[in-house]
Amino acid sequence: MANPVVTLFFRELRLAWSGGGGAALPVGFYAGAATLTPLALGPAPDLLRAAGPGILFITLALASLLPMERLFQADLEDGTLDALGASGANYTGMALAKTSAHWLASGLPLSLIAPVLWVMLQGPGAAVGVVLACALSGSLAFFFIGAIGAALAAGVRRGGLLIALTALPLYAPATIFGASALYAVSEGRDFGQALNLCMACAMAAVALGPFAAGAALKTALD
Amino acid sequence: MANSFTIALKLDDLAAVRGYRTLFEGMSLALDPGSLLELRGLNGAGKSTFLRILAGLTRPAAGKIDWLCASEDHAFRHFLGHLDAIKPQETVRQQAMFWASFLGVADSRHSAREALKVVGLANRADVPGRGLSAGQRRRLALTRLVMAPRAVWLLDEPLAALDADGQTMVRDLIKDHRKQGGLVIAAMHGEGFENAQILDMGEFTPRQSAVTDEVA
Amino acid sequence: MISTFANPHRFMKFTQWMGPALLGLGIVILVWGLYQGLVLAPADYRQGDAARIMFVHVPAAMMCMGVYAFMVLASLSSLIWKHALADIAAKSAAPVGAVFTLICLITGSLWGKPIWNTWWEWDARLTSVLVLFFIYLGYMAIWSALETPQKAGRAAAILCLVGAVNIPIIKWSVDWWSTLHQQASITLTKISLPADYIVPLFTMLAAYGVLFGALVIMNMRAEIFSRRAEMLVQRQYASMD
Repeated sequence: MANPVVTLFFRELRLAWSGGGGAALPVGFYAGAATLTPLALGPAPDLLRAAGPGILFITLALASLLPMERLFQADLEDGTLDALGASGANYTGMALAKTSAHWLASGLPLSLIAPVLWVMLQGPGAAVGVVLACALSGSLAFFFIGAIGAALAAGVRRGGLLIALTALPLYAPATIFGASALYAVSEGRDFGQALNLCMACAMAAVALGPFAAGAALKTALD
Repeated sequence: MANSFTIALKLDDLAAVRGYRTLFEGMSLALDPGSLLELRGLNGAGKSTFLRILAGLTRPAAGKIDWLCASEDHAFRHFLGHLDAIKPQETVRQQAMFWASFLGVADSRHSAREALKVVGLANRADVPGRGLSAGQRRRLALTRLVMAPRAVWLLDEPLAALDADGQTMVRDLIKDHRKQGGLVIAAMHGEGFENAQILDMGEFTPRQSAVTDEVA
Repeated sequence: MISTFANPHRFMKFTQWMGPALLGLGIVILVWGLYQGLVLAPADYRQGDAARIMFVHVPAAMMCMGVYAFMVLASLSSLIWKHALADIAAKSAAPVGAVFTLICLITGSLWGKPIWNTWWEWDARLTSVLVLFFIYLGYMAIWSALETPQKAGRAAAILCLVGAVNIPIIKWSVDWWSTLHQQASITLTKISLPADYIVPLFTMLAAYGVLFGALVIMNMRAEIFSRRAEMLVQRQYASMD
């Protein structure tokens, strides 16, 4: 007999990857936005190297916001959340299962293409491991903070902007540390502290985000 | 069937507010094991809100709800709202299996297969949710009641959208459930159930009173 | 004290004259504080008359954090004791806090012009305050987006607490970020405070505090009136069917 949270997690993963789940859309957005960068800045390697890390991290933050609008809203609209809630399952567990499934479906692919985009933006090839670590922890933080906004805005039609408005200010620490680590590694400085702090942001978001998102979900059902 | 429930319900002075409107107030009642309570009333009388309160989804504005049951388990309720919780991209079988497993049924594959037979969707098992009619969606939602034995059924117009066969099926399911000592509370329009207690929501609609400070 | 105010009837009766009275008092203190700060206090030996803007700026910076702290307390009591007045207090404080934050940002920018020779400098303090301003905006957006006051109140309270957990982290991360990108510049508030400055500074803080009280009370009354009006309208609809 599986734990309900685990069951929900695997179902969400399947739904996200099946047709209409739209897990690949953020990846397309991320790649497209990063491709526009040299078109806007010009192809000069120096300039790309200077601007690239920052742009890579900002577009990662924005791409992470994309799946948030439907994260809880779809379940609220079709009655799934009612059935889940009435079954006695706890809301924190539901928020954790859904957010981590969507991170695995969209956030992980986003993190995996970050090193590719990094190399295209003239970042040093030896640094791809650090870039991957930055993108993984950054996207985790963005997803689990974004999920709070998603749960708060679940009952609002076209809640996407509301999610962006509530979540973006909270993205500041992860953005600062993640982009700093990228700049450090790009300029050959010590990136350890910044990367550790970015990971700390991710861990705090994963540990605390589901409680806030769960409380907000309960409110959305009321 | 082997499993039987002992559950009773006692409501004391229950009230519900939606936005700025008091839907009902002063509702007190007691239900014995095996009872069926039929909620009657006009649209907007608060039937759905009453069910959502009993389902633990909506907070009552006032009053007390006592479920007198043997175990302290949270998982004793089924709630079937007017939405069927159907995912368009999953097949009927996948959805039934998910709910079986989520609701803690041991062998979800077997249980889903049996339940789909009961609700008459066995030959639709591989159809995705988007291909179901309103009646079939409702039947799929009903598999939750069949698969996971739970003491309390909270049903919002369980016969809506169902054909004659489907309605008979629901009536039989409810009869069986009551025989086992389960509670059924259903919002109804049209023809009701046999030996049901009727609760007319209109009796608890607040009279025109002076402006209260409920919301402010 | 709390329970006195927890009753809306008593709150309405008690505050009937309190709002306008506090508003008048606040304006008097404000005028006095401005006179002290802008006319009586001597010009700063390094920054000249430009330093006088701190009498507007620094108390506003204190208020924008103080108002948020007030909202956190109100949100907590609303979540724990589920009282509508606490919700209304938090909601009423938000626009006032946002305006103090905006005053802090604008005066900071005006101050930056003569000192840094630019309207905006990504100084650690200004940047944190800017993020705080967006948090205020998000909070107000939640209130206006959700349909029932009960639901909006709970959602806003949750967001307020999430913000409270995050604000120290944001503040710290922005400080960390700014030491990383250190440039040689005079930070805005790095002027030693002579005694001539302390009195007008705290007078202005007192004025802001009293004005905050006045505006929150008036906002709360307006909110209660509008909820009652809405309730009457709903009752009208209800009696039609």
